[in-house]
Amino acid sequence: MTTLVLRGARPLGGPATDVRIESGVIAELGRGLAGDDVLDADGLVLLPGLVDLHTHLREPGREDAETVATGSAAAARGGFTAVHAMANTSPVADSAEIVEQVARRGAAAGLVDVRPVGAVSRGLAGEQLAEIATMARSQAQVRVFSDDGLCVADARLMRRALEYVKPFDAVIAQHAQDPRLADGNACAHEGELSGRLGLPGWPSVAEESIVARDVMLARHTGSRLHVCHVSSAATVDVLRWAKARGIAVTAEVTPHHLLLTEDLLSTYDPVFKVNPPLRPSEDVQALREALADGTIDAVATDHAPHAAHDKDHAFADAAFGMLGLETALGVVAEAMVHTGLLDWTGVADRMSLRPARIARLSGQGRPIRVGEPANLTVVDPSSSVVVDPARFASRSRNTPFAGRALPARVVSTIYLGRMTVRDGALLQPVGAS
Amino acid sequence: MTRSLLSAADLDRDEATALLDAAVRMHAVQSREVKKLPPLRGRTIVNLFFEDSTRTRSSFEIAGKWLSADVINVSAKGSSVSKGESLRDTALTVAAMGVDLLVVRHGSSGAVQRVASWVACPVVNAGDGTHEHPTQALLDAYTLRGRLGELADRHVAIVGDIAHSRVARSNVLLLQTLGARVTLVAPPTLLPAGVGGWPCETDWDLDATLSGKAHGDVDAVMMLRVQRERMTGGYFPTEREYAAGYGLSPQRLDLLDEDVPVLHPGPMNRGLEISSAAADGPRSVVLEQVQAGVAVRMAVLYRMLAGAAEGAA
Repeated sequence: MTTLVLRGARPLGGPATDVRIESGVIAELGRGLAGDDVLDADGLVLLPGLVDLHTHLREPGREDAETVATGSAAAARGGFTAVHAMANTSPVADSAEIVEQVARRGAAAGLVDVRPVGAVSRGLAGEQLAEIATMARSQAQVRVFSDDGLCVADARLMRRALEYVKPFDAVIAQHAQDPRLADGNACAHEGELSGRLGLPGWPSVAEESIVARDVMLARHTGSRLHVCHVSSAATVDVLRWAKARGIAVTAEVTPHHLLLTEDLLSTYDPVFKVNPPLRPSEDVQALREALADGTIDAVATDHAPHAAHDKDHAFADAAFGMLGLETALGVVAEAMVHTGLLDWTGVADRMSLRPARIARLSGQGRPIRVGEPANLTVVDPSSSVVVDPARFASRSRNTPFAGRALPARVVSTIYLGRMTVRDGALLQPVGAS
Repeated sequence: MTRSLLSAADLDRDEATALLDAAVRMHAVQSREVKKLPPLRGRTIVNLFFEDSTRTRSSFEIAGKWLSADVINVSAKGSSVSKGESLRDTALTVAAMGVDLLVVRHGSSGAVQRVASWVACPVVNAGDGTHEHPTQALLDAYTLRGRLGELADRHVAIVGDIAHSRVARSNVLLLQTLGARVTLVAPPTLLPAGVGGWPCETDWDLDATLSGKAHGDVDAVMMLRVQRERMTGGYFPTEREYAAGYGLSPQRLDLLDEDVPVLHPGPMNRGLEISSAAADGPRSVVLEQVQAGVAVRMAVLYRMLAGAAEGAA
């Protein structure tokens, strides 16, 4: 077994140390360590491997946009060692067969821990519960259930789902969008700009009212609720209220909602079309503050690959979603670190520790100390890099950050003690699996 | 003049005035026995319509033909998303046939802007979703000028489903450019989000507006079509209640001076937003609008195709 040594890395941005990795675990910390393979990490920040709670890998169904393997590669390049593959595939991940297949494909790719998310309702139809217990007990050991892409709008079904997952200590991750207030056509933040552009409005209240209802359901059932991609300041207020009362609610925010604002829609370029929509700068500021103070627990990418031909339409007719895995760390550095809102300890907490805890993922989001699994990310905190979609490992190119300089970059990623990315490049070609 | 005409906001006051003046000269052609002028001979205009339209498409077609252009109508309804072809592919395919100018209508806001960003030829927006319809605003301004003279400081009330109206958006922009004042009148559910930031006033009370009590004397009234589907969307409860609050009834006509023109972009829902007394009465300029449509579109096509060549010569 070869040993890997990271030389001069700064765990969580603290004092520099060498890190010796052996047999998949952190074997030794200290200066002057030797190993078979040495990575010069002088001055680089060492983080626990990033954990994404919200990833669309598109397999099965839309392998032209992404596969478990290409999405895993994109995740590794982005510094992730675990991703949660959302259930809105075709067929839907609402059975043990599908979630086990996704988990097997992830294991075969071997680049990150691919954790399938199970559907809450059969076929995402919002009517009957999916076979949640079977998925939880399957080899995929599903602990996160979500109809993401669609809201569990029916209050009774949401209540039952929250109750039903209790034996597995699982969590219901809600895509909060009241379909009566924001239907499938709604695609732009409802406000002066949407009115001027004539785009169907997606009012923030469609999110806020569902979150308000769901925290009360979480209180009533005593179950765990997770709110996906929070986009509005008033949702933050609801979360703060609920957390102050001890309700078991957690929440995530996407990198793009931390950096981009609705004014980008004025060109009608669907690369900026995402659900929930980009919001005004006041919301962005509130989301940053909520992530900084912990009201929002995690950054989750909502990585949503799309083939070009699904975006080359009029804005309202194009697909929702943007890529996120390969730019997340750089965006968080710009929005949170460079603004002084989070230090690297905070980044590790919001992008690794807390997401792993929410998903009940052992072996991820662990402290950097001897004996812990070696899932690690090496970040250059002061190297500005211009986003070039042509270099992405993702099969798709729909990034809203193309051409934009981001102030930090992932240098290397180590998964289960093995380097998956070295100096920004994948160390093994992606298999066809 | 801008390369493409996508929004009424593309026109400054001088450009808009020049177009309206040119339309006056084009209008004279309509009363001739032989209506064809030669300037666009050998040029090809494609009306690329992704959405059904009779009057706008015919109007552009006649305008192009009277200027001697070859005009081809392409109905692309349902071609894009439903057939799996992207908007980009459709636009590039049509443009690749050697087209000099595209006239595009599409049911989605911003679609015409997208098309203009992909093709090399100039593009005229013939209506995109609930966004804009700049030649409609030009023909309305032309009609108003014919009745009122210069539009500076004139007061136009636009009434009806503002939220879903591309006609209203383009009219607010162009009338503001021409120095006129606009009041939008609708129930709160049919006003767009953020309308408070628009360069106009708004009101929920049609009677107070038409009588001049709320915003000063009204010089012209534009009634917008209200789609019956809006009832199922919960925007208003019944036709009866809408007509009572916002229809231009014979009684409301009496609030207006006799020389106040009544406009409607058509097609009209008689008995809903407009009574027959208003539609057919002496104030109605609905047919003048249709005539103006051809003249204004001739002016637009001429300035975009022949006008550009003259400028380059």
